[in-house]
Amino acid sequence: MSETTIPIPSGAVASERGTYLETIHSWIVTVDHKKLGIMYIVYALLFLVIAGVEALLMRIQLSAPNLHFLSPQTFNRMFTMHGTTMVFLVGMMILFGFGNYLIPLMIGARDMAFPRLNAFSFWLSAFAGMLLYFSFIGGSGLPGTGTAPDVGWFAYAPLTERAFSPGHTIDYWTVAILANGIGSIGTSINILATVFCMRCKGMTLMRLPLLAWIYATMSFLTLVAISPLTAAQAMLMMDRYLGAHFFDTQAGGSAILWAHFFWIFGHPEVYVLVLPAFGFANEIIPVFSRKAIFGYPAMVAASVGIAFISLSVWAHHMFTIGMTSYGNAFFTLSTMLVSVPTGIKIFNWLATLWGGRIRFQTPMLFAIGFLFQFLIAGLTGIMLSISAWDWQLHNTYFVVAHFHYVLVGAIIFMIFSALYYWYPKMTGRMLDERMGKWHFWLMVIGFHMTFDLMHIPGLLGMPRWIYTYGADRGWGTLNMLVSIGGGIQGIAILLFVINMVWSYFKGPHAGPDPWDAWTLEWSTASPPPVYNFAREPVVESRRPLWDLKHPEDPDSAFD
Amino acid sequence: MSSAAIQHGQGEQEWQPSKGVIGMTCLIIAESAIFTIFVVAYLFYIGRDTSGPTPKQVLEVPWFYSVCLLSSSLFIVLAEHAIEHGKMLAFRVWWLVTMALGAIFLYGTAAEWRKLIVEDHLTISTNLFGTTYYALVGLHASHVIAGLLMMLVTAVFALTGALKPAHAKRVKVLALYWHFVDAVWLVVFTVVYWIGR
Amino acid sequence: MDSELRVISRVFIRRLKFVATALVLWPVMAAASPSTSIFSTQSTPAREVNGLAFFVLGITAAIFVAVGALLVYALVKFRARADDVAEPPQVFGSMQIELSWTIIPILIVTVLFLGTARVLFSVQDAPKPASALDVTAVGHQFWWEYHYPQYNITAANELHIPVGQGTTGRVTYLKLTSADVIHSFWIPQLGGKTDMLPNRVNEMWIDPAKPGLYLGQCGQFCGTQHAKMLLRVSVDTPEDFAKWIAGQQKAAVELPASGANSTGDAIDAPTGQRVFEQQACINCHTVSGTVANGRFGPDLTHLMSRATLAAGAMDNTPGNLKGWITNPDDYKTGSLMPAMHLTEKQYAQITAYLQTLK
Repeated sequence: MSETTIPIPSGAVASERGTYLETIHSWIVTVDHKKLGIMYIVYALLFLVIAGVEALLMRIQLSAPNLHFLSPQTFNRMFTMHGTTMVFLVGMMILFGFGNYLIPLMIGARDMAFPRLNAFSFWLSAFAGMLLYFSFIGGSGLPGTGTAPDVGWFAYAPLTERAFSPGHTIDYWTVAILANGIGSIGTSINILATVFCMRCKGMTLMRLPLLAWIYATMSFLTLVAISPLTAAQAMLMMDRYLGAHFFDTQAGGSAILWAHFFWIFGHPEVYVLVLPAFGFANEIIPVFSRKAIFGYPAMVAASVGIAFISLSVWAHHMFTIGMTSYGNAFFTLSTMLVSVPTGIKIFNWLATLWGGRIRFQTPMLFAIGFLFQFLIAGLTGIMLSISAWDWQLHNTYFVVAHFHYVLVGAIIFMIFSALYYWYPKMTGRMLDERMGKWHFWLMVIGFHMTFDLMHIPGLLGMPRWIYTYGADRGWGTLNMLVSIGGGIQGIAILLFVINMVWSYFKGPHAGPDPWDAWTLEWSTASPPPVYNFAREPVVESRRPLWDLKHPEDPDSAFD
Repeated sequence: MSSAAIQHGQGEQEWQPSKGVIGMTCLIIAESAIFTIFVVAYLFYIGRDTSGPTPKQVLEVPWFYSVCLLSSSLFIVLAEHAIEHGKMLAFRVWWLVTMALGAIFLYGTAAEWRKLIVEDHLTISTNLFGTTYYALVGLHASHVIAGLLMMLVTAVFALTGALKPAHAKRVKVLALYWHFVDAVWLVVFTVVYWIGR
Repeated sequence: MDSELRVISRVFIRRLKFVATALVLWPVMAAASPSTSIFSTQSTPAREVNGLAFFVLGITAAIFVAVGALLVYALVKFRARADDVAEPPQVFGSMQIELSWTIIPILIVTVLFLGTARVLFSVQDAPKPASALDVTAVGHQFWWEYHYPQYNITAANELHIPVGQGTTGRVTYLKLTSADVIHSFWIPQLGGKTDMLPNRVNEMWIDPAKPGLYLGQCGQFCGTQHAKMLLRVSVDTPEDFAKWIAGQQKAAVELPASGANSTGDAIDAPTGQRVFEQQACINCHTVSGTVANGRFGPDLTHLMSRATLAAGAMDNTPGNLKGWITNPDDYKTGSLMPAMHLTEKQYAQITAYLQTLK
């Protein structure tokens, strides 16, 4: 490797240190995509810990039959808040954070297309999170007597109607999701405009880093998926406040309509969350395999293909709701078809590894964990798409295990990978490798103990959302092990938090390009200056830094 | 590398689309999805009421107001054309005509609601028709209001002389939104006054 | 909470010892009480789904082994070594290879889809035999109501149906609906779940192979006590089923009128009936042949023919019965049955009365 010979502009490091008040003020009024990106990520990590604690409380309650650790009402609140928080406040926000931070740097731009919209979106989403958690205090209408929503994260009507959920708990939930959704739509518009209009010279669409491609796809999907949710929430609010009857079954309204509207959002939402994880893998796996991504055009096509197919699969969440056999057959087929572009992605990653020189640093370890776990998650997904079998599996712990395999095993693992990979760029310090490896292995052990075993109670007939179960059902041992695994994951994440804080002050300096990588963000200082690049870069291939490091064999020769 | 930079440097303003247009297009995509959901709800509940009044009994087709709104799209095109060619006086005229037509349409909606509420006793909580009708038509009307407010701001700038031909691109972005509001009315009109009635 | 933790840790230690045996002896252990495993099927729809499930499991297992092996091989074979000097050769893609891993998955999907469609249509669109037993099941927060239109009877929580296979078998067709929010009817051994929705009727059929007790529970979150909305299905021989029907068709046993003349101090059934009928109990509960005709709660006419109370929340013993009517929240927090705030004696009298409802 010839790092020393690379002409990397070392942008001036801003070292103006004001008072704390000035620092806080500068963060609050900022429109800089990097600061906003970091705020998104930190905010999301905070909620990751909160929602993780909620999960652990539930696991304690379920670890043995007939426990009274949590009351039924509290348990129901915990799973509602856990799900809502993890999807809207952790998943969406951390991924938007990475998008905000990375996309301008990767495409050689100085900021997002609409910096003020960017700040607005962040603060709106942040406000939504506070509103959701304020329901713990104000949910029943009087301060101090409140409760959080307790209707599950997909809040099926008519349970959410005034007749069955009096008080204001559902209103907090609705308004929070509405505000968060508007923030998400704003950010998506911003990402699309940035990717299409802010590229540096030479950055044609077929030279875009795959991560940028994927964020554009994901943002499009957000536009068409979050909007139906926004509309449905508006309808629910009209029902609750104006006496409308959209989902009021007592006045002829339909419970199924909410289910359709929710899942028209809900299933694409899964891909909104998982596509950025693919994007991280597309950047990280090649760098640590020392090879270019295999089949770039196929990867782009597969991402776009997944996005479009995912718009026609929503009713596979509703196989038991009483659709006709033809409806069930259609959604079985469309759901299975998602596995084709997804398979292309897995095989292309495999082919990228093939013939490489794989370095097993922490980001790569998490990426490999992602590959294995995503493979399994995809296969259990195929099982659930078999509509006839889904009549049995639906709403059991098998489903819970499956989607946690996707959300934790794939997405959270890839987020950890991305944090290890880009933390040096964001802070200028490396994360500690030793703690990182401990984090990885504890996480792997805890994850598999929890979520591998969690499939089995589902097969043995254990439904979701139950706060306790009888001893005669024979689910106790498994649930105990699942809970212990959850605790191990908690320890792993605690270690990660310690690592992040410790490394921020004590970690070794990273330099501009610690991983010997190839995309534009590594050509500027770590952390990058406010203006990102001293000179606007010009690129001639997909891997501009490879071209610089290997003038004898540049990618641009094949472009 | 430097030679490549020069090649790419040529026409650097034009090789990427305008971010205003892309941003507005994205917003329109998102809004279309929202309208789609309300339209689906409207279609789903046609004829499922457990009590009256029904659309047939109380709705009258607002031909005049619809023509006003749809024709305003033509006038805004004239306004766009005028500002592009630096004809600021023509721009002001066409712009105000567009706004007037939008305001007439809004009056039409308000008058219709007044009739329905006061004479026919149909509110949002009366039945499923009331629920879906007020939600869908109201959603559209709120978009008309948003459009009129933005156009009002532009009109103030135009009349004070702050708006210059250089801003033609920004006016185009706003016009795009107005075309969208008009196009949605075609859908709402079809669903509410034709299929639903 | 402290004692909870102690219970948890004690349970934990005890359980760890048996982990290995438990994992091996699953089927044996499950046999101890009625199983809720989706693999121990006792009815045609469940069996057909099960066959499909093993077919899919086989294919996905094969894919997992193949792709997983490739992944492990690549990781071991292509790991970086200390003596690496240069970057590996850069490969950007290959049309043939990429086509192959597009087409092969499409073929697998086709096979899986055809297999699913076969089971889907044969279960969902099976013709209904003329001799079928009709049952309408209505979900309530948080209990089940059953109507048998062919016999004009109403029951609650414990479903009785005849054996569905063999020469004397009779298939059961269930119409499913809900009185309030969405519930889902699910007996894993007999078939997949079907949702119960307000304003809508869904259908499913089951034909149990053997008499016995089958367990299940609500499969869709329906409120605070979703967890204790348990289902018990008693599959009877044709003779037993006829006997059960005959029992349910009887009105409640008329009690001697002496209760009306007593001072109200006696703890006996007639006094209990009077208390019951003077309180709000009758607004929600029906006891056929009496003034009690409420429809909001379960029909109590044959309460004592059921093994459990409150949708499987507890065994139907006199102690539980009295405790349950005294303060429902102690047994099932959030259930819609209110505590009536009567005297201890009145509860004893009502309990005595309820125990006569055989």
